[in-house]
Amino acid sequence: MARHSTGPIYTTESGVPVHGIVAEYATAADVYRAAEMIRDAGYTRWDVYSPFPIHGIDEAMGIRRTRLPILIACIGLTGAALGYLMQYWMSAVDYQLVVQGKNPASWEAYIPITFEMGILSAAFTAILGMLAFNKLPMWNHPLMRKDRFLRVSDDRLMICIEACDEKFDQEKTRHLLEAAGGTNVDLVEEEPEPVKEEPAGH
Amino acid sequence: MSSAMHPDEATARRLAGLAAAPAAPPNPDHGDGSLIDEPGVRAPLVLGNRSFGDVTNIVCGYIENKPARWWLPAVLFTGSIAGLGGLFIGYLVITGIGTWGLNNQVDWAWDITNFVFWIGIGHAGTLISAILCLLKQKWRTAINRSAEAMTIFAVICAATFPGIHIGRQWMAWMLFPIPNANAIWPNFRSPLLWDVFAVSTYGTVSLLFWYMGMIPDLATLRDRADARLRRNPNGATILPFVPIRIDRVRAFVYGLLAVGWRFSSRHWHRYEAAYLVLAGISTPLVLSVHSIVSFDFATSIIPGWHTTIFPPYFVAGAIFGGFAMVLLLLIPFRILFPYMRDLITLRHLENMAKIVLATGMMVGFAYGMEFFIAWYSGSKFEQEAFLYNRLMPPFLVGEGERYAPYWWAYWSMIGCNVLSPQLFWFKAMRRSPLVIFIVSLLVTIGMWFERFVIIVTSLHRAFLPGEWHMFHPTLVDILIFVGSCGVFLTLFLLFARYLPMFAMAEVKAVLPQASPHHGEEPTTAAYSTTGGH
Repeated sequence: MARHSTGPIYTTESGVPVHGIVAEYATAADVYRAAEMIRDAGYTRWDVYSPFPIHGIDEAMGIRRTRLPILIACIGLTGAALGYLMQYWMSAVDYQLVVQGKNPASWEAYIPITFEMGILSAAFTAILGMLAFNKLPMWNHPLMRKDRFLRVSDDRLMICIEACDEKFDQEKTRHLLEAAGGTNVDLVEEEPEPVKEEPAGH
Repeated sequence: MSSAMHPDEATARRLAGLAAAPAAPPNPDHGDGSLIDEPGVRAPLVLGNRSFGDVTNIVCGYIENKPARWWLPAVLFTGSIAGLGGLFIGYLVITGIGTWGLNNQVDWAWDITNFVFWIGIGHAGTLISAILCLLKQKWRTAINRSAEAMTIFAVICAATFPGIHIGRQWMAWMLFPIPNANAIWPNFRSPLLWDVFAVSTYGTVSLLFWYMGMIPDLATLRDRADARLRRNPNGATILPFVPIRIDRVRAFVYGLLAVGWRFSSRHWHRYEAAYLVLAGISTPLVLSVHSIVSFDFATSIIPGWHTTIFPPYFVAGAIFGGFAMVLLLLIPFRILFPYMRDLITLRHLENMAKIVLATGMMVGFAYGMEFFIAWYSGSKFEQEAFLYNRLMPPFLVGEGERYAPYWWAYWSMIGCNVLSPQLFWFKAMRRSPLVIFIVSLLVTIGMWFERFVIIVTSLHRAFLPGEWHMFHPTLVDILIFVGSCGVFLTLFLLFARYLPMFAMAEVKAVLPQASPHHGEEPTTAAYSTTGGH
């Protein structure tokens, strides 16, 4: 996992670096209120884990709106332009093809394929961009080694505050999670392998 | 006010730890409980007070438990039909297009009929996943996954036919603008080429949409397999003598496909943004695809094809036929998988029946408008094409007078597509799964005939009587079409066995307890039957 180089590195008693502290919440309403509390406490490197997207959790967590749609629009329009140029170059430049007496460069007949190419590139950007911004695929994560965490994909709601957060403190953070109504508060250990340094994210 | 407790309210109380209220007597007007018509009451989308865990267990259970006894024989049966179709495609490739019943006049017949039929069926899936998503129709969550799967399988069947109808199938790559020895490019002014781009884009985008929607559900399957492995590493093996654990295979395959999804809200945020954009771009896409398919006909000068109403008419017909196919698949599954009735309620079936009725009326309007325009245009050829190629049955004309040789196809189409959905004006009819199933079957048959009527009746008589030929299908025609039905059903049965048939994450998100404001005063008042503003 990417770590901020600033701040102390927390370790467990056995010396394994701490990834974060995780807590469970009973209902969507509870986790929503807890998210608001953690956001107001000033944490930035933390996350709510839920089996479905909770309506409005973005605001409760203070997530900035993703720029993904802008990227999709840019690449979609580029794809459409390239689609048009492809047709223009093939029919009017490289090998002029006169069909039905029309000017080989007349644009009207090129519109359907231009549109389809725009859609195709936008669709690929939507899914690949979503995965890239989410730093997926990532087939291994410290949380996945927690047995309880596997239930998030079923019906559990969890919050994990990561140790790389500047405000992270083993005692205070644990108290905050508990004060916010969390149960089964638990330390998450980093992967045992040495962690490679990555440039700071988006 | 009504004393019946709303099911959402009951779920809310149960989760809040309140004692179960005394069961209210079921109201026979509400069917399974989803058919509440009171304006102030939201009909439940999921029945039976299901919790999040129930939804997971129901959907994953179909994949993880032993298959039902009918499943293997059914797959073997449809698979052998598919194989038969494949054999005849092989025969066609080896022997040539002459093995079909085509002749000099009718050079498109069952091949393109089947193509348009299948591609049209696909449209319902995209409509449910994209347009109903934009319209915030929450009931779509129960049916979108299977409808999207159906779309992809239908596009696979559809794409086969243009591929094999070209004669020299090994030259099919020339459909695409790939540099070749002749240094010539495809004709970008031809709607047939637009079709290549539209259908391949449609197939690709549908696949992406389907896969992206499935990522969280695949992660659920991965985590369940992983959890079982951690509890008991020595679980069942794939075969009694092969020491490979089923759950290890599941954790690997589903895990690979789930790309490490871990249900993070920061991920969900971008996921929902991407999903919304995909829905937004799929909506014009689905409208464009069948419009472009209709240009194959509408840009020609053949009487019966040369009409401007084709694009909207084709799109309405595609949605009509597609919804019929969704119903045709889901109604039997509702019986075969009993718990599915809590997820696909009578209300879902009724909503789809209403869409079938609405689009059926649009199609009926288009049929009428074709006649009006043929008359209004004053074009003799148009009028003849509609009256004496399609409409006129022999018993309405005198002895020895001419009649339309394909009148039976035309009237089958009218009976199935225009008349049979009219039953859905009656509440009791659109709430009866049996009636809906029969009407859907008729509509599916009718929509196949619609394409047959458009293609063959227009082609079989050109401008000169010397060019008039009837079309007679051969065994190869018939078996390749039957084979495509086998491919479609086999893929759907495999999907129902190995992939989540319901969008679990989306179904959970529309349960009342998924709302972050659930349990607070204003929300419970909105659910309550006695509350008001």
